[in-house]
Amino acid sequence: METDYIVYKVILASAILILSLVVAMYSTLFERKIAAFFQDRLGPNRAGKWGLLQPLADGIKLFFKEEFIPNSADKFLYVLGPSISMFVALLTSAVIPWGDTLVINGKTYPLQVADVNIGILFIFAVVSIGVYGIMIGGWASNNKYALLGAVRASSQMISYELALSLSIVALIMTSGSLSLSEIVEQQKGFNWNIWYQPLGFLIFLICVFAEANRSPFDLPECETELIGGYHTEYSSMKLGFYLFSEYINMFISGAIISTLFLGGYDFPYLDRLGLSHNALTIAGFLVLFVKITLIGFLFMWIRWTLPRFRYDQLMRLGWKKLLPLAILNLILTGIISLSFGS
Amino acid sequence: MKLTNRSKIVSDKKITFLESLYLPAIVSGMGITFSHLFKKKVTVDYPKQKRPFADIYRGLHVLKRDDQGRERCTACGLCALACPAEAISMIAEERKPGEELLYREEKYAKVYEINMLRCIFCGLCEEACPKEAIFLTKRTVDSEYERESFFYGKDKLLEPLESEKRIDVSMRQTQDVLEFKKDLTKKHNK
Repeated sequence: METDYIVYKVILASAILILSLVVAMYSTLFERKIAAFFQDRLGPNRAGKWGLLQPLADGIKLFFKEEFIPNSADKFLYVLGPSISMFVALLTSAVIPWGDTLVINGKTYPLQVADVNIGILFIFAVVSIGVYGIMIGGWASNNKYALLGAVRASSQMISYELALSLSIVALIMTSGSLSLSEIVEQQKGFNWNIWYQPLGFLIFLICVFAEANRSPFDLPECETELIGGYHTEYSSMKLGFYLFSEYINMFISGAIISTLFLGGYDFPYLDRLGLSHNALTIAGFLVLFVKITLIGFLFMWIRWTLPRFRYDQLMRLGWKKLLPLAILNLILTGIISLSFGS
Repeated sequence: MKLTNRSKIVSDKKITFLESLYLPAIVSGMGITFSHLFKKKVTVDYPKQKRPFADIYRGLHVLKRDDQGRERCTACGLCALACPAEAISMIAEERKPGEELLYREEKYAKVYEINMLRCIFCGLCEEACPKEAIFLTKRTVDSEYERESFFYGKDKLLEPLESEKRIDVSMRQTQDVLEFKKDLTKKHNK
């Protein structure tokens, strides 16, 4: 490997890291604004114009809060929990293709940190570690509410991971590849996977809501019953890490949904505008960003529309509705691709 | 005949598979929330923009002076008696010779205090007053840090002497009230 290639990768990785942190910061403001608009309010507007400095103020506040560790908590695991959550949330961004290639001085650089040929598997492996962050944090707090939240989180994530993975298996059957960049390449020209896998998309979307612990599946947090669930005992920036990783997760899952089903950085007729290759790549990145924003809006829209599921409803939906539907989708995909060719 | 025609007949039919996926209900619910995005916001951007008060709003009290700037209050205590929250207290004092320009009648209130934490702004003090000395105004009671700061004495309640700073209470002096005050057959108007 040449040095400039390594330098490029380091720059790209840190750029994506900073991007996801900034996006997570501002999606807290975005969420609060959206929530306010849905409820006919104005939302935060004191700090800066339209409250634009609000995330900064929130961050500063979290940093200056007292760092509190309960006496009966397991000190090591207590710190480990939020660290895992944050680490895992940031890790998945590595395999997502953020755009096409950039040509600088005659060399091509892909806008993807690591083009692993098992990209999807990598994402699922990492996402399933995410539950440990919540579980360990909840258990180490030595608080019954936190423990209940942790138990709920782990059972919910395990239940929904099944349907999630099965809906992806059907997608892999049609695309024939596990590499995310190849999947995006195949979807070029409005050939998006959502047209071929509408049911799979729906199941995937619902399961992503559950995996990201977003309402209506926010039982692990559940402030009305569990006083915050797994992060009841957390304060200061450790709490901030948990809350922050939720928003990073939202951003990353938006990126994954757009990559897998909505054509990634592809937009119809974008390549006919006569832009240069690099400009086209940047336009593609912006398109992806718009898609992610829209999915983020959908996340918030659903959150402020639906009440939380009861625990048994959650389990029934996961095991008795989504799982059979995912299997049905898998079989249908198999039959159709066998009888009509790929 | 029903009172309203909005009652629905309860049925215990099993929900269908489509309904049990909650999707149609979710979509219609999302439609409702989305329509709220464009509705008029009910929040008022407070310090920049204030909600209008009614002209007869019952807020912070004022102790009125007469045209020559003399205090109207004679410390008769009827307002304190009428007050359902027992928020008003006063100490009366006899007018000394030479104070005729300060106080309208021979007796005046040396101390006049309203506890704004107790006051319920009902306006009964105003109704009880035979001298038209106390009125409720459109002004509001400021928030304070100390409990003691809510005991408003004459320094805060009394109307300023300067004619341009006088507080207009004509909106609360309705025709009915004025008529009633003129009725000398009523005991406390004498």
